[in-house]
Amino acid sequence: MLEIEIDGKKLTAPQGSTVMEAAHSIGTYIPHFCYHKKLSIAANCRMCLVEVEKAPKPLPACATPVTDGMKIHTHSDLAKKAQAGVMEFLLINHPLDCPICDQGGECQLQDIAVGYGNGASRYQEEKRAVPGKDMGPLVSAEEMSRCIHCTRCVRFTEEIGGFQEIGMAHRGEFSEILPFLGKTVNSEISGNVIDLCPVGALTSKPYRYSTRAWELSRRKSVSPHDGLGANLIVQVKHNEVMRVLPLENEEINECWLADRDRFSYQGLNSDARLKTPKIKFDGRWHDTDWETALAYVVKGLNGVSADHGKDAIGFLTSPHSTTEELYLAQKLARAFGINNIDYRSARSDFRADAAKQGAEWLGSSIVELAAAKSVLVIGSSLRSEQPLLASRIRQASKKGMALNIIHVADDELLMNVHAKLIASPLALVNAVAQVLKAVVAIKGGDSTLDLAQVDVSAQAQAIADSLCAGETARIVLGAVAQHHPAYSELLALTQEIARISGAGFGVLSEAANSVGAELVGAWAQGGMSAGEMIASPRKAYVLLNTEPEFDGYNSAASVAAMKQAATVIALTAYQSEGLLDYADVLLPIAPFSETAGSFINMEGRLQAFNGVTKPQGEARPAWKVLRVLGNMLSLDGFGFNSAEEVRSELLAKGDIAQRLNNSLSSIAANTAAKAGVVRVGEVPVYSTDAICRHAPALQATALAAAPVARIAADVFAAAGLAEGELALVKQGGATLRVPAHLDASLPAGVVRLAVARAETAMLGGMFDTIEIERG
Amino acid sequence: MAIFKSGVIFEGVDTQDENAWRLAAYEARGGYVALRKILAAQMPQDEVIAEVKNSGLRGRGGAGFPTGLKWSFMPRSFPGDKYVVCNTDEGEPGTFKDRDILRYNPHALIEGMIIAGYAMGTRAGYNYIHGEIFEAYEQFEAALDEARAAGLLGQNILGTGFNFELYAAHGYGAYICGEETALLESLEGKKGQPRFKPPFPASYGLYGKPTTINNTESFASVPFIIKDGAQKFLEAGKPNNGGTKLFSVSGHVNRPGNYEVPLGTPFTELLEMAGGMRDGKKLKAVIPGGSSAPVLPAEIMLGVTMDYDSISKAGSMLGSGAVIVMNEDVCMVRALERLAYFYHEESCGQCTPCREGTGWLYRIIHRILNGEGRPGDLELLDSVGNNMAGRTICALADAAVFPVRSFTKHFRHEFEYLIEHGKPLVDHKWC
Ligand SMILES: Cc1cc2nc3c(=O)[nH]c(=O)nc-3n(C[C@H](O)[C@H](O)[C@H](O)COP(=O)(O)O)c2cc1C
Ligand code: SF4
Ligand code: SF4
Ligand code: FES
Repeated sequence: MLEIEIDGKKLTAPQGSTVMEAAHSIGTYIPHFCYHKKLSIAANCRMCLVEVEKAPKPLPACATPVTDGMKIHTHSDLAKKAQAGVMEFLLINHPLDCPICDQGGECQLQDIAVGYGNGASRYQEEKRAVPGKDMGPLVSAEEMSRCIHCTRCVRFTEEIGGFQEIGMAHRGEFSEILPFLGKTVNSEISGNVIDLCPVGALTSKPYRYSTRAWELSRRKSVSPHDGLGANLIVQVKHNEVMRVLPLENEEINECWLADRDRFSYQGLNSDARLKTPKIKFDGRWHDTDWETALAYVVKGLNGVSADHGKDAIGFLTSPHSTTEELYLAQKLARAFGINNIDYRSARSDFRADAAKQGAEWLGSSIVELAAAKSVLVIGSSLRSEQPLLASRIRQASKKGMALNIIHVADDELLMNVHAKLIASPLALVNAVAQVLKAVVAIKGGDSTLDLAQVDVSAQAQAIADSLCAGETARIVLGAVAQHHPAYSELLALTQEIARISGAGFGVLSEAANSVGAELVGAWAQGGMSAGEMIASPRKAYVLLNTEPEFDGYNSAASVAAMKQAATVIALTAYQSEGLLDYADVLLPIAPFSETAGSFINMEGRLQAFNGVTKPQGEARPAWKVLRVLGNMLSLDGFGFNSAEEVRSELLAKGDIAQRLNNSLSSIAANTAAKAGVVRVGEVPVYSTDAICRHAPALQATALAAAPVARIAADVFAAAGLAEGELALVKQGGATLRVPAHLDASLPAGVVRLAVARAETAMLGGMFDTIEIERG
Repeated sequence: MAIFKSGVIFEGVDTQDENAWRLAAYEARGGYVALRKILAAQMPQDEVIAEVKNSGLRGRGGAGFPTGLKWSFMPRSFPGDKYVVCNTDEGEPGTFKDRDILRYNPHALIEGMIIAGYAMGTRAGYNYIHGEIFEAYEQFEAALDEARAAGLLGQNILGTGFNFELYAAHGYGAYICGEETALLESLEGKKGQPRFKPPFPASYGLYGKPTTINNTESFASVPFIIKDGAQKFLEAGKPNNGGTKLFSVSGHVNRPGNYEVPLGTPFTELLEMAGGMRDGKKLKAVIPGGSSAPVLPAEIMLGVTMDYDSISKAGSMLGSGAVIVMNEDVCMVRALERLAYFYHEESCGQCTPCREGTGWLYRIIHRILNGEGRPGDLELLDSVGNNMAGRTICALADAAVFPVRSFTKHFRHEFEYLIEHGKPLVDHKWC
């Protein structure tokens, strides 16, 4: 520790820290623009100049390392003059039309100018005008004359995003911040540059000019999308969500948000929101009141139950719903005598259910995962499934984490990858088994699984070496693995690798409340799984926050099951086309932003939140709807007065941490690789749930472009396809014409074609066989 | 045009001989004797560095930093890659000496860099060459080929087991790429922008590895020092200012060109060598060390000797040795406007004071020149300059301010006159 003095205050600072960091540690503010704690030091804005005794000139606090005995003055005459000088330079070419700038009121330049600038400008020459740039539908770069060239945006894309999508072109006064010529900024975490930009140069395209910052109230919430549980500040005006910003939480989202977390709020204000209960009769939809609608539901459920038995009814719920909603949904179903309930519509393998010993989770905290020396990610398109976690792993991989990948496509992760094994879904189990076999050979243990037929590839060996060498190693299974028809085998093999190598293991929970859904029992314990409810269609379905054509493993089969049912009761925030087609009653429920509730993230952390606005129209929080339904069905135990009461009841069932367990009590796996042409059908980054599916700006991004078939070289050649021409795809009896693209990153026998999109909803299972020919 | 008197680098070089640059001609002049001597004797690295230190060689790139001392900063026991890099970016207005070294005596540079590589334990070097002297770049590549073919460069040099590879790279004409850390960025394939220092290149240089950067003329002086001894080099100049120096004399003289003369040569002698003032006009002012050095009026210049200490005492810098001579017909406001325009164009734009300040300075001076000066403009220039100098990542901002300060100090009356009367005191004559 070094002893230093800042403005007369004595303090100690660690060797290697900067004057800026030392000042922050004692709460002394030094004005700055380019400095950001998560980015490399650029030292270009020069706003942080301070006086250091014995130094001949003022020094930039952000880049000056402290030395023992250093005496720093942040407010001396010299420091203040230097700061005022820089401020004058920053303002000479700045438009200074703050009243019409979108950043007005929350602009660092404005704030610091008031504190550290002079009143009048001595600059009387013409100001520079910089043409606006097109960075895509999320980030507005219209007002580039406001840019102060701090390069925070540039450093963010390069260092945090992994790919320098924004650069500073030209020189001197003519320097301009721009994306690649003719390209937009396509990172899945691009919106952070809006927060980073200290001025009104980069602003939110969907938000800009809609309100002034000071008109907004700030409310805390939690992202309803992926399993990370990013903390949000939701900004509201007149009961409408206007904007979403990150709420800093170093252990979860740091100071970042994924674009999905930030821009999905537009979906909350969508015209497709369901605002009144609706019943379909005489082949038409009729708006109705809650009483009528709920009476209809009760009659329907009682009727099906009387005619066909309770087992003829199935509940499909969503891992994006709150813990309280999911708890009440399963409580209601079970109290009514229905055990067919599941939140896992996107899965296809439920064979491990009987061997489960607790709820699946990450197996560690997020921080612990990032600190592991070796990590193996199995079956995850990391950047689209978990954009922020991917960014955290990117940082860790720079600091020495050995990142290993087993996946169905060689995706560009923009991070350092130690070893990767790319295999068709039909060979994925075999790929993981190869690593197990290599681990067994290294560690000398014995696996109960039969590995005789498995040949260890060089990549599998490298992965096994890495897992066994790392002081701390972790293995995680992504959404592709979880949706895979052999998930139970992937899980079993992972468990074995972990047991023998000493690594920890878990899953990358795909949704905000996957862990909560499992913990509260909203899955097939004692009843049918989501897969069975589709494979053996039920007479009645209750859908909670679920659109089976998008959320189901097999879109075509899901829709067919819905269509044949006598009644489909949907608790939904949206009147989506599918629901309007096959449901007969729609109950408008509140999305996460309009209800109190909680999500349990991948690390098992329960995060409670309150509604940030009142429910729109006649929409009601789902926990209230379920409570009333419980009462109308004359079920006991539905006397809740608040979401908190529901939460206390469900939490009384036991400590969360005690009930998390990834290990299966018995395992099995068939490790032979199979041949054939198979689909890789993934949920695109902005199709994960109904909210982002209804967010127009996200849907306008390059990442949400219309699906195309990406085809492995062997399949492409065998079908005689030409690049970009239409191919005829056949799956489950349905056909579709889509543009065909050769994709060298795919293993043999693979056709990659997204699910959860209207364009492909007529097709079948995510990882089922598929045919493709010239069309 | 290249006119050399006597000296270290161009001793014996016949600029009329189109093969003067070739290996054979260089060896005939005593080339590669120094390298052979070192390798044959397996001279300890410390001794080589001590010899360079004792020679009093100061960096010829502008700052005049002692070369031997710089070499001693390289961590010699560092296990990984290390580099030596030569700076032939030569973009400073008025400077045109390094290109003549490449043109007439490239092997002196190559030999100097191999010796530097030996002394600092590096296995590879780069020469970064200004993008607008492409012929010189191509010829340098040819010289490298010759050296490789002769076993003087590459693996197992002269059969001694010593390896050193040298590569040429060319820039695209940006002045800022002459600043050593911008040069490194550019060499790495990035945008040429200076890095914040510390860390200095000796610990974090090319690709993050320890690196020593010297000017072309600095490296090219090294063979002489090793061959003929530090003492002889030192004696070629004067104490603390060892050796001869190349001066690029330009402006209103009869024979502009490069002159290699002992450090300490009176300016009057240099002026005479360059044929004296053209058309018998009167000397008005001289920028003695490249456009970034403060201008000095004739009366001061006529009393100085051409070396680091004397020129510094007179209030300017020897800099790169570019001597810009101006006669009585020069309007100093116009001259300063040209210089200010250059820095405005060439600022890399990272640092707020330089990015905004260079343009502001230029606009004020431009306005004054066009008869739109205002009372207070000179104080404004001064104040803007004060807010720039010493407040930035690299010295370009200082380089932009020095001319402004010195022109408005020594020729203040011309500026005042223009501001007051809206027309220049001196009717500028182009010639
Ligand atoms: C704006 C700027 C431009 C420079 N241009 C050159 C140049 O063209 N050639 C050069 O040798 N040094 C140039 N320098 C100096 C170099 O940064 C560096 O000090 C020099 O190459 C070191 O070599 P030396 O020690 O042999 O002089 C420049 C410095 C600045 C600030
Ligand atoms: S656009 Fe904003 S963040 Fe980027 S350099 Fe300019 S001011 Fe900084
Ligand atoms: S001083 Fe000027 S040229 Fe040097 S780094 Fe800063 S902006 Fe670039
Ligand atoms: S904050 Fe230190 S230079 Fe920008």
